[in-house]
Amino acid sequence: MLLSLFQYQFVQNAVIASIFASIVCGIIGVIIVEKRLIMMSGGIAHTSYGGVGMGYFFGFEPIIGALFISVLAALGIGYIKRRGGTRSDVVIGLFWSLGMALGILFIAMMPGYPPDLTSYLFGSILSVTRGDIYFMAAFTFIVVLVITILFSYWEAYMFDEEFASIIGIKTAFMEYLLFVLIAMSVVVLIRVVGIILILALFTAPTAIAGLLAKNLKLRMVLSIMIGSLFCFAGLWLSYVLNVASGAAIVILSAIGYLFVYITFLIKSKLRNEIN
Amino acid sequence: MIYATNGSGDCKNAVSIKNLTVKYRETPAIAGVSLDVLEGDYLGIIGPNGGGKTTLLKAILGLVTPSCGKISVYGRKPGKSEKLIGYVPQISALDKAFPITVRQVVQTGMLKPNFTLFHQYTQKDKEKADEYLKRVGIYKLKDRMISQLSGGEFQKMLIARALAVEPKLLLLDEPTASVDASSAEQIFSLLSELNQSMTIIMVTHDLLAVSSQVKTLACMNGRLVYHGGTQLNEEIAKALYGYPLDLLKHGGMQGI
Ligand SMILES: Nc1ncnc2c1ncn2[C@@H]1O[C@H](COP(=O)(O)OP(=O)(O)OP(=O)(O)O)[C@@H](O)[C@H]1O
Ligand SMILES: [Mg+2]
Repeated sequence: MLLSLFQYQFVQNAVIASIFASIVCGIIGVIIVEKRLIMMSGGIAHTSYGGVGMGYFFGFEPIIGALFISVLAALGIGYIKRRGGTRSDVVIGLFWSLGMALGILFIAMMPGYPPDLTSYLFGSILSVTRGDIYFMAAFTFIVVLVITILFSYWEAYMFDEEFASIIGIKTAFMEYLLFVLIAMSVVVLIRVVGIILILALFTAPTAIAGLLAKNLKLRMVLSIMIGSLFCFAGLWLSYVLNVASGAAIVILSAIGYLFVYITFLIKSKLRNEIN
Repeated sequence: MIYATNGSGDCKNAVSIKNLTVKYRETPAIAGVSLDVLEGDYLGIIGPNGGGKTTLLKAILGLVTPSCGKISVYGRKPGKSEKLIGYVPQISALDKAFPITVRQVVQTGMLKPNFTLFHQYTQKDKEKADEYLKRVGIYKLKDRMISQLSGGEFQKMLIARALAVEPKLLLLDEPTASVDASSAEQIFSLLSELNQSMTIIMVTHDLLAVSSQVKTLACMNGRLVYHGGTQLNEEIAKALYGYPLDLLKHGGMQGI
């Protein structure tokens, strides 16, 4: 019965979209968790809602608007963080709500019946189109490429940014690049889990992989695999129960993380008792 | 290598600092510091917590921007002196849970400033890293995760990483802070040996080490209170810590 589902174009698209989503989450998730940029990524994601609204209002593809605004937010937050003046979490909080507010404003100003935005907010993996797939493929490719070709430098940057900058590595450039990659990842993820639920997919697979994998590459690969597992399972749940894919994926991720975490806790307890 | 020589910079100076003031927001952390460090010197910097020792090192590294004054490192501006300086930071700032092995950390010191696409560490890099690990005495830990190191082992790994830069100047920020007496001794004897081929600036709270190890001494307490030979006298001690030398020598110096 499961196999017969694959005849449907929308199921094929959903599966491919899940894979792309897991790849960017696995790679970028590991970096942002390590660099403590989770809230900043949440900020970029939510700001992109302004872009979605803009797209609807001016009549272009909302996802292009999301890309544009989230890249802008990434560079803006990055610049203010680097300048140091204001505390960066203040700025992130401001961008976060401002983006959402702009989205609401644009939608409200649209003439006629307002469009349904739940698919952008909560994800709608079963309605991913071939066009969306090409779009996601392009950005996944960019993210993977940029991380791979500079992998040694990312490793040094993540472990000790200060030291990396002292030996002359252009860490400011890398930071901006990372922020733009986060923005691109957000755009890949919007159709799958939605703006509001992105953070769970950035963090849960990474956290589980962090408990299991002992080196950075392995941690990324494992995150990708765990992420795909959650996405496929969520996709199936979303189809069977007819709920938003984002919600299904996030709930499964959280349960998965708790399960692994508790298993580890019990295991270490047992080991202590034996010793 | 070719170094740009500027007219005013003395070639014999590894570091030359003139009237340096560094502020965080409005409050100055260090003010009016002028200090020349000769090539081949082994300078110890002491002073109370918050005395501006780390800030001085960061200014030399170009990590903080001076609000006035001038620094040159081998005739270059700070921040433009990549690959001339090896730096051993205070370890508390680093994430010990990061998934990386000891040897991989040392290898990061060998990265060149310009991006090489698809960079991979070569067999030669590995052998060089092992060489540095032998030098600091933790070769047998080369494949360990850094999360499994003790404080002293971690410190030695950071020294190995700084050596991997092949620097002319080595800056160390409290290299013996979390280290037992015998490891501290090992680190100090290693530094003495290294000093034969490179200039060293070391921040420390270990006053005993200062008098026996370093060649010259600087005392920081917001400003440069003293710079010269290693014999501390009453007046300086008072200016530095606010109480006489005797107390310093007999009281727990680590706590200062
Ligand atoms: N990032 C910062 N922002 C604001 N103030 C700072 C910062 N770093 C240091 N300071 C202040 O500058 C002064 C000098 O600090 P610094 O770290 O250089 O002292 P230190 O001599 O290294 O002290 P310690 O012995 O505790 O390491 C302190 O008063 C400190 O509060
Ligand atoms: Mg300090």
